[in-house]
Amino acid sequence: MSFQDYKGIFVFAQQVDGKLNSVSFELIGKAKELAADLDTTVTALLLGSGVENLCDELAAYGADKVILIDDPALKDYTTEPYAQAVTAAINKFKPEIVMYGATAIGRDLAPRISARVKTGLTADCTKLEIDHETKQFQMTRPAFGGNIMATIICPEHRPAMSTVRPGVMQKREPVANAKAIVEKFDPKLEKNDKFVEILEIIKNVSTAKDIMDAKILVSGGRGVGSKENFKILEDLADAIGGTVACSRAAVDAGWTEKDMQVGQTGKTVRPHVYFAIGISGAIQHLAGMEESDIIIAINKDETAPIFDVADYGIVGDLNKIVPALTEKLKALKA
Amino acid sequence: MKIVVCIKQVPNTNEVKLDPVTGTLIREGVPSILNPDDKAGLEAALQLKDKYGAKVTVLSMGPMQADAVLREALAMGADDAYLVSGREFGGADTLATSTTIAAAVKKLDFDLVITGRQAIDGDTAQVGPQISEHLGIPNVSYAENIEIEDGCVVVKRQYEDRHHIIKAKMPCLVTALGEMNTPRYMTPGGIFDAYREKEVTVWGRAELSELPDEALGLKGSPTRVAKSFPKSLKPAGVKEQFDDADEAANYIVAKLKEKFVI
Repeated sequence: MSFQDYKGIFVFAQQVDGKLNSVSFELIGKAKELAADLDTTVTALLLGSGVENLCDELAAYGADKVILIDDPALKDYTTEPYAQAVTAAINKFKPEIVMYGATAIGRDLAPRISARVKTGLTADCTKLEIDHETKQFQMTRPAFGGNIMATIICPEHRPAMSTVRPGVMQKREPVANAKAIVEKFDPKLEKNDKFVEILEIIKNVSTAKDIMDAKILVSGGRGVGSKENFKILEDLADAIGGTVACSRAAVDAGWTEKDMQVGQTGKTVRPHVYFAIGISGAIQHLAGMEESDIIIAINKDETAPIFDVADYGIVGDLNKIVPALTEKLKALKA
Repeated sequence: MKIVVCIKQVPNTNEVKLDPVTGTLIREGVPSILNPDDKAGLEAALQLKDKYGAKVTVLSMGPMQADAVLREALAMGADDAYLVSGREFGGADTLATSTTIAAAVKKLDFDLVITGRQAIDGDTAQVGPQISEHLGIPNVSYAENIEIEDGCVVVKRQYEDRHHIIKAKMPCLVTALGEMNTPRYMTPGGIFDAYREKEVTVWGRAELSELPDEALGLKGSPTRVAKSFPKSLKPAGVKEQFDDADEAANYIVAKLKEKFVI
Protein backbone atom coordinates (compact mmCIF):
# COMPACT_ATOMS: atom_id res chain seq x y z
CA MET A 1 0.00 0.00 0.00
CA SER A 2 1.45 3.26 -1.05
CA PHE A 3 2.28 6.09 1.17
CA GLN A 4 0.45 8.66 -0.97
CA ASP A 5 -2.83 6.78 -0.58
CA TYR A 6 -3.10 8.06 2.98
CA LYS A 7 -5.11 11.30 2.99
CA GLY A 8 -6.81 13.58 5.45
CA ILE A 9 -6.48 14.42 9.12
CA PHE A 10 -8.33 12.44 11.79
CA VAL A 11 -9.02 13.84 15.21
CA PHE A 12 -10.00 11.44 17.97
CA ALA A 13 -13.01 13.20 19.52
CA GLN A 14 -12.91 12.23 23.17
CA GLN A 15 -16.22 12.08 25.01
CA VAL A 16 -16.89 10.90 28.53
CA ASP A 17 -20.47 10.48 29.82
CA GLY A 18 -21.76 11.96 26.55
CA LYS A 19 -19.80 15.18 26.93
CA LEU A 20 -17.03 16.11 24.50
CA ASN A 21 -13.70 17.06 26.03
CA SER A 22 -12.53 20.58 25.22
CA VAL A 23 -9.25 19.21 23.84
CA SER A 24 -11.24 17.66 20.97
CA PHE A 25 -12.24 21.14 19.81
CA GLU A 26 -8.69 22.43 20.27
CA LEU A 27 -7.41 19.59 18.06
CA ILE A 28 -10.01 20.29 15.38
CA GLY A 29 -8.95 23.96 15.43
CA LYS A 30 -5.31 23.03 14.89
CA ALA A 31 -6.16 20.32 12.37
CA LYS A 32 -8.00 22.89 10.22
CA GLU A 33 -4.79 24.94 9.93
CA LEU A 34 -2.74 21.87 9.06
CA ALA A 35 -5.40 20.70 6.59
CA ALA A 36 -5.21 24.05 4.80
CA ASP A 37 -1.46 23.55 4.35
CA LEU A 38 -1.99 20.02 3.06
CA ASP A 39 -5.06 20.89 1.00
CA THR A 40 -7.11 18.23 2.74
CA THR A 41 -9.98 17.81 5.19
CA VAL A 42 -10.52 17.24 8.92
CA THR A 43 -12.53 14.25 10.11
CA ALA A 44 -13.58 13.78 13.72
CA LEU A 45 -13.66 10.19 14.88
CA LEU A 46 -16.39 9.86 17.49
CA LEU A 47 -16.68 6.69 19.56
CA GLY A 48 -19.26 5.90 22.22
CA SER A 49 -22.70 4.50 22.87
CA GLY A 50 -25.67 6.71 22.02
CA VAL A 51 -23.52 9.71 21.15
CA GLU A 52 -24.87 10.64 17.70
CA ASN A 53 -26.19 13.91 19.17
CA LEU A 54 -22.59 15.13 19.59
CA CYS A 55 -21.81 15.14 15.86
CA ASP A 56 -23.15 18.63 15.16
CA GLU A 57 -21.06 20.09 17.97
CA LEU A 58 -17.94 18.71 16.29
CA ALA A 59 -19.05 20.31 13.02
CA ALA A 60 -19.61 23.61 14.82
CA TYR A 61 -15.95 23.64 15.85
CA GLY A 62 -14.79 22.91 12.32
CA ALA A 63 -14.91 19.18 11.57
CA ASP A 64 -15.60 18.69 7.86
CA LYS A 65 -16.95 15.23 8.53
CA VAL A 66 -17.68 12.95 11.47
CA ILE A 67 -17.11 9.21 11.47
CA LEU A 68 -19.43 7.81 14.10
CA ILE A 69 -18.73 4.47 15.75
CA ASP A 70 -21.63 3.80 18.07
CA ASP A 71 -21.50 0.52 19.98
CA PRO A 72 -22.58 -0.53 23.50
CA ALA A 73 -19.02 -1.86 24.11
CA LEU A 74 -17.77 1.73 23.75
CA LYS A 75 -19.99 3.21 26.45
CA ASP A 76 -17.23 3.67 29.06
CA TYR A 77 -13.64 3.87 27.89
CA THR A 78 -11.60 0.69 28.08
CA THR A 79 -8.51 0.13 25.99
CA GLU A 80 -9.23 -2.88 23.79
CA PRO A 81 -12.62 -2.09 22.19
CA TYR A 82 -11.52 1.52 21.59
CA ALA A 83 -8.22 0.32 20.10
CA GLN A 84 -10.06 -2.13 17.84
CA ALA A 85 -12.50 0.55 16.67
CA VAL A 86 -9.88 3.21 15.90
CA THR A 87 -7.58 0.67 14.21
CA ALA A 88 -10.45 -0.52 12.02
CA ALA A 89 -11.19 3.10 11.04
CA ILE A 90 -7.53 3.78 10.25
CA ASN A 91 -7.33 0.65 8.09
CA LYS A 92 -10.53 1.51 6.25
CA PHE A 93 -10.16 5.27 5.73
CA LYS A 94 -6.35 5.57 5.68
CA PRO A 95 -5.77 9.02 7.15
CA GLU A 96 -2.39 10.70 6.75
CA ILE A 97 -2.41 12.13 10.29
CA VAL A 98 -4.22 11.07 13.46
CA MET A 99 -4.32 13.35 16.51
CA TYR A 100 -5.42 12.51 20.06
CA GLY A 101 -5.63 14.66 23.18
CA ALA A 102 -2.81 13.89 25.62
CA THR A 103 -5.40 13.03 28.25
CA ALA A 104 -5.45 9.90 30.41
CA ILE A 105 -7.54 8.26 27.67
CA GLY A 106 -5.46 9.50 24.73
CA ARG A 107 -2.17 8.54 26.35
CA ASP A 108 -3.45 5.01 27.02
CA LEU A 109 -5.17 4.48 23.67
CA ALA A 110 -2.73 6.00 21.16
CA PRO A 111 0.33 3.88 22.05
CA ARG A 112 -1.73 0.70 21.86
CA ILE A 113 -2.87 1.71 18.36
CA SER A 114 0.61 2.74 17.24
CA ALA A 115 1.89 -0.73 18.16
CA ARG A 116 -1.05 -2.38 16.39
CA VAL A 117 -0.77 -0.33 13.20
CA LYS A 118 3.05 -0.26 13.50
CA THR A 119 3.42 3.45 13.04
CA GLY A 120 5.06 6.35 14.86
CA LEU A 121 3.52 8.24 17.74
CA THR A 122 4.79 11.48 19.26
CA ALA A 123 3.63 12.19 22.79
CA ASP A 124 2.42 15.41 24.40
CA CYS A 125 3.04 17.77 21.50
CA THR A 126 2.86 21.49 22.12
CA LYS A 127 3.40 22.61 18.53
CA LEU A 128 2.33 21.06 15.24
CA GLU A 129 3.14 22.38 11.79
CA ILE A 130 3.55 21.40 8.16
CA ASP A 131 6.86 22.20 6.53
CA HIS A 132 5.89 24.27 3.50
CA GLU A 133 8.53 22.80 1.21
CA THR A 134 8.57 19.13 2.11
CA LYS A 135 4.96 18.93 3.39
CA GLN A 136 6.47 17.03 6.30
CA PHE A 137 4.35 16.93 9.48
CA GLN A 138 6.51 18.34 12.29
CA MET A 139 5.59 17.55 15.88
CA THR A 140 7.33 19.48 18.64
CA ARG A 141 7.30 18.39 22.26
CA PRO A 142 9.13 19.13 25.50
CA ALA A 143 11.68 16.53 26.61
CA PHE A 144 13.98 16.06 29.58
CA GLY A 145 11.41 17.30 32.03
CA GLY A 146 10.66 20.34 29.86
CA ASN A 147 14.29 21.43 29.68
CA ILE A 148 14.55 21.11 25.90
CA MET A 149 12.20 20.93 22.94
CA ALA A 150 12.41 18.23 20.28
CA THR A 151 10.83 18.29 16.83
CA ILE A 152 9.83 14.79 15.72
CA ILE A 153 8.93 13.57 12.25
CA CYS A 154 7.47 10.31 11.02
CA PRO A 155 8.96 10.10 7.51
CA GLU A 156 8.10 6.61 6.27
CA HIS A 157 5.05 5.39 8.14
CA ARG A 158 1.39 6.36 7.92
CA PRO A 159 -0.59 7.59 9.59
CA ALA A 160 1.72 9.93 11.52
CA MET A 161 0.19 10.10 14.98
CA SER A 162 0.51 12.47 17.91
CA THR A 163 -1.02 13.18 21.27
CA VAL A 164 -1.39 16.88 22.00
CA ARG A 165 -1.37 18.60 25.37
CA PRO A 166 -4.76 19.97 26.38
CA GLY A 167 -4.90 23.75 26.68
CA VAL A 168 -2.15 24.45 24.16
CA MET A 169 -3.99 24.70 20.82
CA GLN A 170 -6.71 27.27 20.21
CA LYS A 171 -10.22 26.17 19.40
CA ARG A 172 -12.27 28.09 16.84
CA GLU A 173 -15.37 30.09 17.58
CA PRO A 174 -18.21 27.59 17.15
CA VAL A 175 -20.50 28.13 14.18
CA ALA A 176 -24.17 28.34 15.16
CA ASN A 177 -26.55 25.68 13.83
CA ALA A 178 -23.80 23.69 12.12
CA LYS A 179 -24.89 20.35 10.69
CA ALA A 180 -22.36 17.54 10.56
CA ILE A 181 -21.78 15.27 7.62
CA VAL A 182 -21.91 11.94 9.41
CA GLU A 183 -20.69 8.57 8.22
CA LYS A 184 -21.60 5.66 10.46
CA PHE A 185 -18.97 2.96 10.59
CA ASP A 186 -19.16 -0.52 12.06
CA PRO A 187 -15.69 -1.70 13.14
CA LYS A 188 -16.98 -5.25 13.82
CA LEU A 189 -15.67 -5.40 17.37
CA GLU A 190 -14.59 -8.84 18.51
CA LYS A 191 -14.58 -9.73 22.18
CA ASN A 192 -11.33 -11.36 23.33
CA ASP A 193 -9.17 -11.89 26.43
CA LYS A 194 -7.92 -8.31 26.20
CA PHE A 195 -11.34 -6.97 27.19
CA VAL A 196 -11.37 -5.90 30.82
CA GLU A 197 -14.29 -5.41 33.15
CA ILE A 198 -15.05 -2.12 34.89
CA LEU A 199 -16.23 -3.16 38.35
CA GLU A 200 -16.80 0.36 39.61
CA ILE A 201 -16.48 3.99 38.57
CA ILE A 202 -15.75 6.39 41.42
CA LYS A 203 -16.04 10.06 40.50
CA ASN A 204 -13.80 12.35 42.49
CA VAL A 205 -15.74 14.81 44.55
CA SER A 206 -14.12 18.12 43.77
CA THR A 207 -15.51 21.52 44.41
CA ALA A 208 -12.60 23.20 42.66
CA LYS A 209 -13.36 25.01 39.43
CA ASP A 210 -11.40 23.80 36.44
CA ILE A 211 -8.26 25.91 36.29
CA MET A 212 -8.05 25.37 32.52
CA ASP A 213 -11.21 27.40 31.98
CA ALA A 214 -10.26 30.32 34.24
CA LYS A 215 -9.50 33.77 32.82
CA ILE A 216 -7.59 34.79 35.94
CA LEU A 217 -5.53 32.36 37.99
CA VAL A 218 -4.13 33.09 41.44
CA SER A 219 -1.46 30.44 41.80
CA GLY A 220 0.57 29.65 44.89
CA GLY A 221 3.72 27.66 45.55
CA ARG A 222 6.07 26.65 48.32
CA GLY A 223 6.49 30.28 49.41
CA VAL A 224 2.86 30.40 50.56
CA GLY A 225 4.11 28.37 53.51
CA SER A 226 1.05 26.45 54.71
CA LYS A 227 -2.35 25.08 53.78
CA GLU A 228 -3.99 27.72 55.97
CA ASN A 229 -2.15 30.54 54.24
CA PHE A 230 -3.76 29.63 50.91
CA LYS A 231 -6.72 31.53 52.39
CA ILE A 232 -5.07 34.82 51.37
CA LEU A 233 -4.92 33.54 47.78
CA GLU A 234 -8.58 32.52 47.91
CA ASP A 235 -9.47 36.00 49.15
CA LEU A 236 -7.54 37.60 46.31
CA ALA A 237 -9.19 35.24 43.81
CA ASP A 238 -12.62 36.17 45.16
CA ALA A 239 -11.84 39.88 44.95
CA ILE A 240 -10.64 39.73 41.34
CA GLY A 241 -12.95 37.01 40.04
CA GLY A 242 -10.23 34.42 39.63
CA THR A 243 -9.56 30.80 40.50
CA VAL A 244 -6.86 29.43 42.81
CA ALA A 245 -4.19 27.18 41.26
CA CYS A 246 -0.83 25.96 42.52
CA SER A 247 2.59 24.58 41.73
CA ARG A 248 3.72 21.01 42.28
CA ALA A 249 5.48 21.97 45.52
CA ALA A 250 2.15 22.94 47.09
CA VAL A 251 0.57 19.62 46.06
CA ASP A 252 3.55 17.63 47.33
CA ALA A 253 3.34 19.49 50.65
CA GLY A 254 -0.30 18.41 50.94
CA TRP A 255 -1.64 21.98 50.92
CA THR A 256 -3.62 21.74 47.67
CA GLU A 257 -5.32 19.24 45.39
CA LYS A 258 -3.60 17.66 42.40
CA ASP A 259 -6.27 18.93 39.96
CA MET A 260 -5.23 22.51 40.80
CA GLN A 261 -1.64 21.90 39.71
CA VAL A 262 -0.11 23.84 36.83
CA GLY A 263 2.94 22.51 34.99
CA GLN A 264 4.59 19.64 33.17
CA THR A 265 2.99 17.00 35.41
CA GLY A 266 -0.12 19.10 35.99
CA LYS A 267 -2.24 21.17 33.63
CA THR A 268 -1.29 23.60 30.89
CA VAL A 269 -3.08 26.90 31.32
CA ARG A 270 -3.20 30.12 29.30
CA PRO A 271 -5.34 32.53 31.29
CA HIS A 272 -5.50 36.25 30.66
CA VAL A 273 -3.78 36.96 33.99
CA TYR A 274 -1.59 34.56 35.96
CA PHE A 275 -0.53 35.52 39.47
CA ALA A 276 2.50 33.46 40.52
CA ILE A 277 2.67 33.89 44.27
CA GLY A 278 5.53 32.33 46.18
CA ILE A 279 6.36 30.21 43.13
CA SER A 280 10.07 30.00 42.32
CA GLY A 281 9.38 29.01 38.70
CA ALA A 282 10.99 25.63 38.02
CA ILE A 283 11.14 24.89 34.29
CA GLN A 284 8.43 22.25 34.80
CA HIS A 285 6.11 24.91 36.18
CA LEU A 286 6.92 27.46 33.47
CA ALA A 287 6.06 24.83 30.84
CA GLY A 288 2.48 24.92 32.08
CA MET A 289 1.85 28.66 32.27
CA GLU A 290 4.29 30.68 30.16
CA GLU A 291 1.64 31.23 27.45
CA SER A 292 -0.48 33.27 29.86
CA ASP A 293 -1.16 36.79 28.51
CA ILE A 294 -0.03 38.67 31.62
CA ILE A 295 2.15 37.12 34.30
CA ILE A 296 2.45 38.86 37.66
CA ALA A 297 4.96 37.30 40.06
CA ILE A 298 5.30 38.04 43.75
CA ASN A 299 8.32 36.49 45.43
CA LYS A 300 10.75 37.52 48.12
CA ASP A 301 13.71 35.95 46.30
CA GLU A 302 14.77 38.37 43.60
CA THR A 303 16.78 35.63 41.83
CA ALA A 304 13.74 33.34 41.43
CA PRO A 305 13.47 32.14 37.79
CA ILE A 306 9.78 33.10 37.73
CA PHE A 307 10.96 36.70 37.23
CA ASP A 308 12.50 35.63 33.90
CA VAL A 309 9.02 35.13 32.44
CA ALA A 310 6.97 37.58 34.51
CA ASP A 311 5.66 40.72 32.81
CA TYR A 312 5.52 42.36 36.23
CA GLY A 313 7.81 41.05 38.92
CA ILE A 314 7.27 42.20 42.47
CA VAL A 315 10.09 41.43 44.90
CA GLY A 316 8.58 41.52 48.35
CA ASP A 317 6.68 39.76 51.12
CA LEU A 318 3.62 37.98 49.75
CA ASN A 319 2.09 37.75 53.25
CA LYS A 320 1.74 41.53 53.29
CA ILE A 321 1.34 42.34 49.59
CA VAL A 322 -1.42 39.83 48.78
CA PRO A 323 -3.83 40.97 51.54
CA ALA A 324 -3.07 44.62 50.72
CA LEU A 325 -3.89 43.98 47.05
CA THR A 326 -7.12 42.19 48.01
CA GLU A 327 -8.20 45.18 50.12
CA LYS A 328 -7.52 47.66 47.32
CA LEU A 329 -9.45 45.57 44.80
CA LYS A 330 -12.38 45.29 47.20
CA ALA A 331 -12.29 49.07 47.78
CA LEU A 332 -12.36 49.66 44.01
CA LYS A 333 -15.43 47.48 43.62
CA ALA A 334 -17.27 48.99 46.57
CA MET B 1 2.81 -16.12 40.48
CA LYS B 2 5.52 -14.67 38.30
CA ILE B 3 5.87 -10.92 37.96
CA VAL B 4 8.16 -9.12 35.52
CA VAL B 5 8.86 -5.47 36.35
CA CYS B 6 10.29 -3.31 33.57
CA ILE B 7 12.55 -0.57 34.87
CA LYS B 8 14.63 2.21 33.33
CA GLN B 9 17.68 4.13 34.42
CA VAL B 10 17.11 7.84 33.84
CA PRO B 11 18.99 11.06 34.45
CA ASN B 12 17.46 12.93 37.36
CA THR B 13 15.82 15.63 35.25
CA ASN B 14 15.15 17.73 38.34
CA GLU B 15 18.88 18.31 38.51
CA VAL B 16 19.41 19.05 34.84
CA LYS B 17 20.69 22.59 34.35
CA LEU B 18 20.88 24.65 31.21
CA ASP B 19 24.07 26.36 30.10
CA PRO B 20 23.12 30.02 30.44
CA VAL B 21 25.25 30.99 27.43
CA THR B 22 24.54 28.26 24.88
CA GLY B 23 21.13 27.22 26.20
CA THR B 24 22.10 23.56 25.89
CA LEU B 25 21.71 20.85 28.52
CA ILE B 26 24.55 20.31 30.93
CA ARG B 27 24.59 16.52 31.20
CA GLU B 28 27.79 16.12 33.16
CA GLY B 29 27.35 15.49 36.84
CA VAL B 30 23.63 14.75 36.53
CA PRO B 31 22.99 11.67 38.69
CA SER B 32 21.29 8.61 37.20
CA ILE B 33 18.39 7.16 39.15
CA LEU B 34 15.83 4.38 38.96
CA ASN B 35 12.83 6.02 37.26
CA PRO B 36 10.31 6.97 40.01
CA ASP B 37 7.17 5.41 38.44
CA ASP B 38 9.15 2.19 37.79
CA LYS B 39 10.35 2.14 41.40
CA ALA B 40 6.73 2.39 42.57
CA GLY B 41 5.89 -0.47 40.17
CA LEU B 42 8.69 -2.56 41.68
CA GLU B 43 7.44 -1.80 45.19
CA ALA B 44 3.93 -2.87 44.14
CA ALA B 45 5.37 -6.15 42.83
CA LEU B 46 7.30 -6.71 46.07
CA GLN B 47 4.13 -6.05 48.09
CA LEU B 48 2.29 -8.65 46.00
CA LYS B 49 5.19 -11.02 46.66
CA ASP B 50 4.91 -10.37 50.43
CA LYS B 51 1.17 -10.91 50.35
CA TYR B 52 0.60 -13.76 47.92
CA GLY B 53 4.08 -15.14 47.25
CA ALA B 54 5.61 -14.42 43.85
CA LYS B 55 8.84 -14.47 41.93
CA VAL B 56 9.80 -10.94 40.94
CA THR B 57 12.04 -10.50 37.91
CA VAL B 58 13.34 -7.07 36.91
CA LEU B 59 14.14 -6.27 33.30
CA SER B 60 15.81 -3.23 31.82
CA MET B 61 17.02 -2.16 28.41
CA GLY B 62 19.90 0.27 28.10
CA PRO B 63 23.66 0.64 28.27
CA MET B 64 25.74 -1.54 30.62
CA GLN B 65 25.60 1.21 33.28
CA ALA B 66 21.91 0.32 33.77
CA ASP B 67 23.32 -2.60 35.80
CA ALA B 68 23.22 -0.16 38.74
CA VAL B 69 19.40 0.17 38.81
CA LEU B 70 18.98 -3.59 38.40
CA ARG B 71 21.29 -4.16 41.41
CA GLU B 72 19.25 -1.58 43.32
CA ALA B 73 16.09 -3.54 42.48
CA LEU B 74 17.74 -6.79 43.60
CA ALA B 75 18.77 -5.10 46.84
CA MET B 76 15.15 -4.04 47.39
CA GLY B 77 14.07 -7.67 47.07
CA ALA B 78 13.71 -8.64 43.40
CA ASP B 79 14.64 -12.28 42.75
CA ASP B 80 16.48 -11.98 39.46
CA ALA B 81 17.51 -9.39 36.93
CA TYR B 82 17.97 -9.13 33.15
CA LEU B 83 19.57 -6.38 31.12
CA VAL B 84 18.96 -6.11 27.38
CA SER B 85 21.96 -4.29 25.99
CA GLY B 86 23.71 -3.90 22.67
CA ARG B 87 24.39 -1.26 20.10
CA GLU B 88 21.85 -2.88 17.72
CA PHE B 89 19.15 -1.72 20.12
CA GLY B 90 20.40 1.87 20.33
CA GLY B 91 18.59 4.89 18.88
CA ALA B 92 15.22 3.19 19.36
CA ASP B 93 12.00 5.18 19.62
CA THR B 94 9.13 3.89 21.76
CA LEU B 95 7.93 1.39 19.13
CA ALA B 96 11.34 -0.24 18.63
CA THR B 97 12.00 -0.14 22.38
CA SER B 98 8.70 -1.82 23.21
CA THR B 99 9.23 -4.44 20.47
CA THR B 100 12.62 -5.33 21.97
CA ILE B 101 11.44 -5.39 25.58
CA ALA B 102 8.35 -7.46 24.65
CA ALA B 103 10.61 -10.04 22.99
CA ALA B 104 12.66 -10.27 26.18
CA VAL B 105 9.54 -10.55 28.36
CA LYS B 106 8.31 -13.41 26.13
CA LYS B 107 11.44 -15.38 26.97
CA LEU B 108 10.63 -15.05 30.67
CA ASP B 109 7.74 -16.78 32.34
CA PHE B 110 5.11 -14.27 33.50
CA ASP B 111 1.60 -13.84 34.83
CA LEU B 112 1.84 -10.11 35.37
CA VAL B 113 4.03 -7.41 33.82
CA ILE B 114 4.38 -4.11 35.66
CA THR B 115 5.91 -0.98 34.14
CA GLY B 116 5.99 2.58 35.38
CA ARG B 117 3.49 4.92 33.76
CA GLN B 118 6.25 7.01 32.20
CA ALA B 119 9.95 7.80 32.47
CA ILE B 120 11.00 11.28 33.57
CA ASP B 121 13.44 11.77 30.67
CA GLY B 122 10.99 11.06 27.83
CA ASP B 123 7.61 11.46 29.57
CA THR B 124 5.90 9.58 26.73
CA ALA B 125 3.95 6.92 28.70
CA GLN B 126 3.98 4.84 25.50
CA VAL B 127 6.26 1.89 26.16
CA GLY B 128 4.02 0.13 28.74
CA PRO B 129 0.86 -0.01 26.59
CA GLN B 130 2.97 -0.85 23.51
CA ILE B 131 4.62 -3.82 25.26
CA SER B 132 1.18 -5.19 26.15
CA GLU B 133 0.10 -4.86 22.52
CA HIS B 134 3.14 -6.83 21.31
CA LEU B 135 2.45 -9.49 23.96
CA GLY B 136 -1.24 -9.64 23.03
CA ILE B 137 -2.37 -9.08 26.62
CA PRO B 138 -4.62 -6.47 28.24
CA ASN B 139 -3.12 -3.38 29.86
CA VAL B 140 -4.45 -1.30 32.71
CA SER B 141 -2.78 2.10 32.93
CA TYR B 142 -2.26 4.48 35.88
CA ALA B 143 -2.59 2.00 38.76
CA GLU B 144 -2.89 3.25 42.32
CA ASN B 145 -3.52 -0.19 43.79
CA ILE B 146 -3.20 -3.77 42.54
CA GLU B 147 -4.93 -6.81 44.09
CA ILE B 148 -5.03 -10.40 42.87
CA GLU B 149 -8.31 -12.36 42.73
CA ASP B 150 -8.52 -15.85 41.21
CA GLY B 151 -6.42 -15.47 38.11
CA CYS B 152 -7.27 -11.79 37.65
CA VAL B 153 -5.85 -8.47 38.72
CA VAL B 154 -8.18 -5.93 40.28
CA VAL B 155 -6.67 -2.50 39.75
CA LYS B 156 -7.76 0.83 41.12
CA ARG B 157 -6.66 3.30 38.51
CA GLN B 158 -6.67 7.07 38.41
CA TYR B 159 -8.51 8.48 35.47
CA GLU B 160 -8.91 12.21 34.98
CA ASP B 161 -11.81 13.21 37.27
CA ARG B 162 -12.49 9.67 38.45
CA HIS B 163 -11.16 6.29 39.46
CA HIS B 164 -11.97 3.00 37.78
CA ILE B 165 -11.85 -0.35 39.51
CA ILE B 166 -10.82 -2.65 36.67
CA LYS B 167 -10.70 -6.42 36.58
CA ALA B 168 -8.41 -7.95 33.96
CA LYS B 169 -7.54 -11.56 33.28
CA MET B 170 -3.90 -12.52 33.73
CA PRO B 171 -1.53 -12.50 32.00
CA CYS B 172 -1.79 -8.74 31.76
CA LEU B 173 0.24 -5.56 32.05
CA VAL B 174 -0.27 -2.79 34.57
CA THR B 175 1.39 0.65 34.49
CA ALA B 176 2.10 2.14 37.90
CA LEU B 177 1.79 5.71 39.15
CA GLY B 178 4.64 7.05 41.26
CA GLU B 179 2.10 8.13 43.87
CA MET B 180 0.85 4.59 44.47
CA ASN B 181 3.26 3.79 47.31
CA THR B 182 6.48 4.69 49.07
CA PRO B 183 9.18 2.31 47.84
CA ARG B 184 11.10 0.43 50.51
CA TYR B 185 14.77 1.05 51.15
CA MET B 186 17.47 -1.38 50.16
CA THR B 187 18.60 -3.43 53.17
CA PRO B 188 22.31 -3.89 53.97
CA GLY B 189 21.87 -7.64 53.49
CA GLY B 190 20.02 -6.99 50.27
CA ILE B 191 22.81 -4.78 48.95
CA PHE B 192 25.39 -7.45 49.87
CA ASP B 193 23.37 -10.13 48.06
CA ALA B 194 22.73 -7.91 45.06
CA TYR B 195 26.43 -7.52 44.42
CA ARG B 196 27.86 -10.79 45.80
CA GLU B 197 25.21 -13.47 45.45
CA LYS B 198 22.91 -12.46 42.63
CA GLU B 199 23.60 -12.03 38.94
CA VAL B 200 22.41 -9.59 36.33
CA THR B 201 21.94 -11.66 33.16
CA VAL B 202 22.84 -9.66 30.07
CA TRP B 203 20.98 -10.42 26.86
CA GLY B 204 22.34 -9.10 23.58
CA ARG B 205 21.31 -9.41 19.94
CA ALA B 206 22.11 -13.16 19.93
CA GLU B 207 19.65 -13.87 22.74
CA LEU B 208 16.88 -12.00 20.91
CA SER B 209 17.66 -13.57 17.53
CA GLU B 210 13.97 -14.07 16.72
CA LEU B 211 13.61 -10.32 16.14
CA PRO B 212 14.37 -9.15 12.60
CA ASP B 213 16.96 -6.40 12.15
CA GLU B 214 14.34 -4.05 10.76
CA ALA B 215 12.45 -4.12 14.05
CA LEU B 216 15.37 -2.86 16.11
CA GLY B 217 17.06 0.38 17.02
CA LEU B 218 16.97 3.25 14.59
CA LYS B 219 15.78 0.99 11.72
CA GLY B 220 12.78 -0.15 13.73
CA SER B 221 11.80 3.38 14.71
CA PRO B 222 9.10 5.11 12.66
CA THR B 223 9.87 8.45 14.32
CA ARG B 224 12.99 10.56 13.99
CA VAL B 225 14.19 13.54 15.99
CA ALA B 226 14.48 16.23 13.31
CA LYS B 227 15.99 18.73 15.70
CA SER B 228 16.18 19.63 19.37
CA PHE B 229 16.64 23.08 20.75
CA PRO B 230 16.53 24.94 24.04
CA LYS B 231 13.16 26.10 25.11
CA SER B 232 12.78 29.77 24.33
CA LEU B 233 11.04 31.60 27.07
CA LYS B 234 9.40 34.90 26.53
CA PRO B 235 11.61 37.83 27.52
CA ALA B 236 11.51 39.02 31.10
CA GLY B 237 9.41 42.07 31.86
CA VAL B 238 10.03 44.54 34.61
CA LYS B 239 11.03 43.67 38.15
CA GLU B 240 10.50 46.04 41.07
CA GLN B 241 11.49 45.72 44.69
CA PHE B 242 8.96 46.87 47.29
CA ASP B 243 9.45 47.21 51.04
CA ASP B 244 6.01 48.69 51.54
CA ALA B 245 3.08 46.36 50.86
CA ASP B 246 0.69 49.21 50.01
CA GLU B 247 3.04 50.55 47.39
CA ALA B 248 3.35 47.09 45.87
CA ALA B 249 -0.43 46.67 45.85
CA ASN B 250 -0.89 50.11 44.24
CA TYR B 251 1.65 49.17 41.59
CA ILE B 252 -0.20 45.94 40.74
CA VAL B 253 -3.58 47.71 40.67
CA ALA B 254 -2.14 50.33 38.30
CA LYS B 255 -0.82 47.63 35.96
CA LEU B 256 -4.13 45.74 36.02
CA LYS B 257 -5.92 48.99 35.09
CA GLU B 258 -3.41 49.70 32.35
CA LYS B 259 -4.18 46.28 30.85
CA PHE B 260 -7.96 46.72 31.32
CA VAL B 261 -8.17 43.71 33.64
CA ILE B 262 -10.06 45.82 36.16
